[in-house]
Amino acid sequence: MKTNTSHPTLTPAAASVDTSNTNNASVLTTFLRWLGGFGWSGLIGLAILLFWIAAALFGSSMLTRTLVPDSNVQIFGAISHAHWLGTDYLGRDMFIRVIDGASYTVGVAFVATLLASGLGTMLALFAAASGRWIDSVLSRSLDTITSIPSKMFALIMVAGFGSSVTMLIATASIIYVPGAYRIARSMAININALDYVTVARLRGEGTLYVMRREILPNIAGPMLADLGLRFVYIVLLLAGLSFLGLGVQPPAADWGSLVRENIGSLASASAAVIAPALAIASLTIAVNLVIDNLPGRARRERGVK
Amino acid sequence: MNVAILKLLGQRLCMALLSLLAVSVVVFAITSVLPGDAAQEQLGQDATPEALTALRAQMGLDIPAPTRYMHWLGGIVRGDLGTSSTTQMPVSELVASRLPNSLLLAAVTTLFSVPIALAFGIASAMWKGSWFDRIASAGSVAVVSVPEFLVATLAVLIFAVKLHWLPALSYATDIESLGQMLKAFAMPVFSLCCVIVALMMRMTRAAVIDQLEAPYIEMVSLKGASPMRTVLVHALPNAVGPIANAIALSLSYLLGGVIIIETIFNYPGIAKLMVDGVSQRDMPLVQSCAMIFCVGYLVLVTLADVCGILANPRLRHR
Repeated sequence: MKTNTSHPTLTPAAASVDTSNTNNASVLTTFLRWLGGFGWSGLIGLAILLFWIAAALFGSSMLTRTLVPDSNVQIFGAISHAHWLGTDYLGRDMFIRVIDGASYTVGVAFVATLLASGLGTMLALFAAASGRWIDSVLSRSLDTITSIPSKMFALIMVAGFGSSVTMLIATASIIYVPGAYRIARSMAININALDYVTVARLRGEGTLYVMRREILPNIAGPMLADLGLRFVYIVLLLAGLSFLGLGVQPPAADWGSLVRENIGSLASASAAVIAPALAIASLTIAVNLVIDNLPGRARRERGVK
Repeated sequence: MNVAILKLLGQRLCMALLSLLAVSVVVFAITSVLPGDAAQEQLGQDATPEALTALRAQMGLDIPAPTRYMHWLGGIVRGDLGTSSTTQMPVSELVASRLPNSLLLAAVTTLFSVPIALAFGIASAMWKGSWFDRIASAGSVAVVSVPEFLVATLAVLIFAVKLHWLPALSYATDIESLGQMLKAFAMPVFSLCCVIVALMMRMTRAAVIDQLEAPYIEMVSLKGASPMRTVLVHALPNAVGPIANAIALSLSYLLGGVIIIETIFNYPGIAKLMVDGVSQRDMPLVQSCAMIFCVGYLVLVTLADVCGILANPRLRHR
């Protein structure tokens, strides 16, 4: 039995590290070539996504605070030089509200996605690596959560525990753990049956080692693509909750609450209600575009089928 | 029908009942056990111990949780849904006044969305890669990846604000003529249809394409059958199972979408009732509505499963 069969990815990884140390220009070309693999629609998606991430991280600190208007309060004001997206139902600047909302929409959804995918992957690895009994108990109990519609589950959670940011993160991650678990498990089970995992077990490696070193590296790539999809679901769920007035509570506002607050201006087709709604759409469509155009995805899918 | 199929169907039904039981435990635990002492919350921090004990006894909180659960479940099975804590009316009365409205909305939506989605899905599978397919696929991806309230908002903007065809809000209470009913229903049904058609179309397209790539279709076209005949006579009968599955699954999505749509259009249905119940923390109401939704969801998902089993010829002729 040769030891090098259990680390098939070692050589190319080591090679790329070497070049990055010696030559910065070649790193740039590699990066550009990787970026080129996205295609046009993927690049547009990536740009929009980066814009919203930047807005969520630095937006509220970079904008000068003119949230409360100086003298002439205009409710649902039109788009103007002073107010790029008009004003809201209290005469506040809509552009600042949308940028501020980005940190809630993107931030909360991102944390919840990481929790859901991380927990789902961990449970799946554990289930795959530790035998049938634990596997079926885990699968059955997570299936129970799946048999409650996601919005319904969120409503029940809000009814029981009220709504705070921590609560929303917990709710969204609980709802999407089973999905991540199911996908990760189906891949992990296949890999668990491969020869090099058996070899590792025969070497005397423990469950934790098999989970972390043998299975995880092989399912990490597809799980990252799944992470993107799950992010979209969570953004939509949280926006829906906030739209119902059961998500992020005032005075804080994510994009869903902004649509709710300004729904009164719908009859006049003001930017105050359209802008946050389009912001959500741009974020979710951008993530979809990025996932669909991930370099090498088409090749991978053909390989799977 | 043979024994194998009956056995499979029986298994599925038992599974559905078991998951319903598990769901009821989860619903009860989240709404009335895990949040802590409801009596304490209602009276505040500085309540006297006597008042707390009295209120607990009145709310039935002095009984241990498993007993309360059994009592609650027994009530639901008998049709006694308890009393709403905000209006003091029996929950079953509240639900009975709203449920027909929601069912009507769901029925009208189904009536419109299923034929449209099937036609679009089959057409774009037949002309895979054509401009029609590309536009339809891009459109359905766009609709699925934006929130329902954006679809509804845009629909209001276009049809009510710009074109003045329809009223922006729907009230099912003041319906006298057929025309009024159509107008009241148009916006909610249109918004729900957009989302459901997009979902169902994608699944139908995938199911038909899956069949069209099978070797027997190549054989059929080598024999010289026209493309129309290939799809309608040869591929479709084999895709009926997956398509029925897709229809049931998409309709189960209706249960989530209707929550947003009923709220935005102020439609007096059961989802609106539940959202109001959640914001007022009216637990008996929330529990009952949640169970009704979960039953509907499980029925549709099980139906999807059953369609898949019944349509599988390998199981039928064993």
